[in-house]
Amino acid sequence: MKSSRRRFMKLAGIAALGLGAQPAIKAIAPAAGNGPQTQFSQGPNVLTARQWAMVIDTRRFKTTEDLEPMIEACHKLHNVPHFEEKNHEIKWIWETHFHNAFPDSANRFISEEAEHRPYLVLCNHCQNPPCVRACPTKATFKRDSDGVVMMDMHRCIGCRFCMAACPYGSRSFNFVEPLKGLVEKEINLKYPRRMKGVVEKCTFCVERLAEGQMPACVEASGGAIVFGDLEDPESEVRQVLRENFTIRRKQSLGTEPCVYYIV
Amino acid sequence: MLELALKGSKSYWTWVVALLGVIGVGFLLYLGQLQIGLGITGMSRDVSWGFYIANFTYLVGVAAGGVMVVLPYYLHDYKAYGKVTILGEFLAIAALIMCLLFIIVDLGQPMRGLNVLLYPTTNSVLFYDALVLNGYLLINLVVGWNVLEAERNGVHYQKWLKPIIYLSIPFAVSIHTVTAFLYSGLPGRGFWLTAILAPRFLSSAFAAGPALLVLLCLFIRKTTKFDPGKEQIQSLGLTVAYAICINVFFFLCEIFVAFYSQIPEHMDHIKYLFVGLHGHNALVPFMWTSMGLMVIGIILTVNPITRKNETTLAVACALIIAGTWIDKGLGMISGGFVPNPLHEVNEYAPTLPEIGITVGVYAIGALVLTILYKMAVSVKEEVHG
Amino acid sequence: MNDKKWIVLGLLIFMALFLSPFLYNVVTGAKAAPMPEVVLTEKAKAAKQCVMPTEFMRTEHMQLLDEWRLKVVRSGLRDFTNTEGKTFNMSLSNTCMDCHSNKADFCDRCHNYASVKPYCWDCHIDNPQGETK
Repeated sequence: MKSSRRRFMKLAGIAALGLGAQPAIKAIAPAAGNGPQTQFSQGPNVLTARQWAMVIDTRRFKTTEDLEPMIEACHKLHNVPHFEEKNHEIKWIWETHFHNAFPDSANRFISEEAEHRPYLVLCNHCQNPPCVRACPTKATFKRDSDGVVMMDMHRCIGCRFCMAACPYGSRSFNFVEPLKGLVEKEINLKYPRRMKGVVEKCTFCVERLAEGQMPACVEASGGAIVFGDLEDPESEVRQVLRENFTIRRKQSLGTEPCVYYIV
Repeated sequence: MLELALKGSKSYWTWVVALLGVIGVGFLLYLGQLQIGLGITGMSRDVSWGFYIANFTYLVGVAAGGVMVVLPYYLHDYKAYGKVTILGEFLAIAALIMCLLFIIVDLGQPMRGLNVLLYPTTNSVLFYDALVLNGYLLINLVVGWNVLEAERNGVHYQKWLKPIIYLSIPFAVSIHTVTAFLYSGLPGRGFWLTAILAPRFLSSAFAAGPALLVLLCLFIRKTTKFDPGKEQIQSLGLTVAYAICINVFFFLCEIFVAFYSQIPEHMDHIKYLFVGLHGHNALVPFMWTSMGLMVIGIILTVNPITRKNETTLAVACALIIAGTWIDKGLGMISGGFVPNPLHEVNEYAPTLPEIGITVGVYAIGALVLTILYKMAVSVKEEVHG
Repeated sequence: MNDKKWIVLGLLIFMALFLSPFLYNVVTGAKAAPMPEVVLTEKAKAAKQCVMPTEFMRTEHMQLLDEWRLKVVRSGLRDFTNTEGKTFNMSLSNTCMDCHSNKADFCDRCHNYASVKPYCWDCHIDNPQGETK
C-alpha cells in the first residue's frame, strides 16, 4: 500500500516535469546508470525567499541624476540595448512622473516636493501576475521557489500577449536585433543578450541572487532600496514596511505587486 | 472537385495571376520582416499589437458571420438558404486561413509557433483561441466539401455530417467570443475591460459577414450562370439590418457606461478615438467616418424601400463592411493601447511594409475564396444549369 | 486517356532530379568530407574529462545543455554535480566556453561538418574571457 502510493507520487512527479523536460532527462539517465547519479542544486551562496519584494524609498531620490546609477547598473549588467528610435525602446527599470507611476493616486494638489520627485518603476513581480495568466506557452512564469516572475527566452514565441496584459508597461519587445542597440566594447560578457522577436523585462537579478548578491539596483541605491522576503516577518523588507507608510502601483487591479514605495 | 477550379475564362485567370503577384510582393516583404524583425512595423512598446492583430480580429468576425446562413438552414429548416450555405462555409474557410496567417506574421518567433501546442497552457486565452479557430476551420472544410460533393453527385450528404454541422454553430459563436476574451480579460485596459466586448464583436461579425455575402452573391449572379436567389439576398440583407442596429446599440451602451460613470480609465480611450487626447487625434476622422458609414448603413438596410432595391442594398453592405472594418480594424486595437497603462499617449500608425504584408495576406484569402467559390459555382451550374 | 507520354516524361524528370547529386559526385569524383578534428585548448586537455564522459558529450551535449538551461531558468538550480561528484556552474558562456575558448576550432568544426547552425551565439557570448569580435 505504502509503496504503491510512493510509486504513484513518483510517477506524478515525473509527469509534472512536463513534456519539454522529458527527452533531456532520458539523455542523462543512461549515462548515470546504476552508479552514482547526477545532481542539480542551488549552489552554496544562494539567497532564498518565499516571495522576494522590494521597498523603494522615493524620498531619497530628488533628481533624475539620483536614479541614473540604478538604471545604468541594471541596463549595463543585463545588456539592455539602447535605441534612438522610440518604437524600439527596451527598458527594464526607468524613471517616470508620479502621475504616470500612480495614476489612481494622483491628486490635483499634492506636495510639490513629492510631485517633482522622479519615480523608479520596474516589473512588480506580482503575486497574481496577469502576464503569466496570458502567456500561451508558459514562457513567462512565476517561480514557485521565490515568486520571481521569469522569462524563458528560449520558449517565448513573441506573441506579446503579456505586454497587453501587464498593467504597468513593464515589458519590452525586441523589435529589431538587440545587438544593434549595444556598444560592443561595453557588452557584459558574463550575461547573455537576447534575440530579436522575444519579450524581456526585469528578473529581480536572479543570476545575482543565485550567487548571494543583492539585485544590481539595490546595490547601486546606497540603501534607498530595500530587498528581502515578504513572507518572513523578520526580514528587512517587512521591518521597513512596518515602520513606514507605503503605496503600490494600481493596487485596485488585484495583481498584488511586490514593489512598495515610501512616498 | 478541385479540377473545376482549373477551367476558367480569361478574366478568371487574370484575376488569379494578379492575386499571385500581390501574394509574391507580400511574401517578399514578409521575408524582410523575418530578417529585420517586427521593427519594420509601426508597433512599439506601448502599442504592442497593431494592424495584423486588428485585421485578424475583423476576419474572425467575417468567419463567424458565415453561421448566419448555416443556422437558419440547418436549425430552422429555412430551405431558401440551401443554395447559399456553401458560400457561407467557404467564406469562413478563407477568412480563417487569413486569421491564422495574421497570427503567424504577428509572431516575433514564428518558428516557435507550435510551442502553443507543445506546452499547452490552459490559463491562456490564446491557447483556446488556437483550438477553436483551427477547429472551426476543420469543421467548415469537412462540412463544406462533403455537402458540395454530395450535391454534385445528386445524393443526400452523409449522415455523420449532421452532428458536425450542428457543432459548427456553437463553434462559430465561440471563435469570436474567445477572440474577444483575448482583450476583455486584461486588467488595466479600460477600453476592453467590458463584458459587452464579446457581444459587440459578435454583432459586428453578424453584420459584416452577411454583408460581404450579399456582395459576393450579387457578383456571382452577374458573372456566372448560377443565381443565389433574390429571396436569399433579401434575407441576408435583413440579417445585416438587425445586426448593424444591435452593433451600434451596444456601442452606445458602452458610451453610456463610460461617460455616465465618468471613470477616466474607461473614458480616455473613447475620447482618444473620437475627439483626441492631449492633442493626439490621428484616429478621430476615421472613427467619425466609421460611425457615419454605419448610420447610413442602418438607414439603407432598415428602410424597406432601399433594402429591397438591390443596388441600394449593395451600397449599404459596402458601407457597413467599411464602417465595421474601421471600427474593429483601426479603432478597437489601437484604442485599447492608447493611452498606455501609465497614461502616456503614444500613437500608432501602420507602416508601408506592414500594410503590404497585410494586403498580401488578404490576397491569399482572396485566392482561396476564388478557388473555393469557383468550385462551388461550377457544381451549382452543373446541377441547376 | 493518352497522358502516357506526360507521365513518363514527368517520371524521367523526377528521376533525373533525384539522382543529380549522386551523378554529380560520380562525374566530379568528389569524396566525402574528412571527419572533422576538434582542437582542445590547454585548459581542456588539463581537465582530462568534460562535465560528463567524452562519448556522452560528443553525442548528447545538446540535450545536456537543454537540460541545464531548463534547470537554471525554470527551476532556479544553477549547479550540476556529475557522477564523479564534481560540481559545475551550469553556464554555456561561463563554464563550457571557459574551457573551450576556441569556438572556431572546437564547436564550429563539427557543426559545420554536420551542417547544423545552432543559434546559441546569437545571445550567449562565445569567449567570456576575451574581447568580442
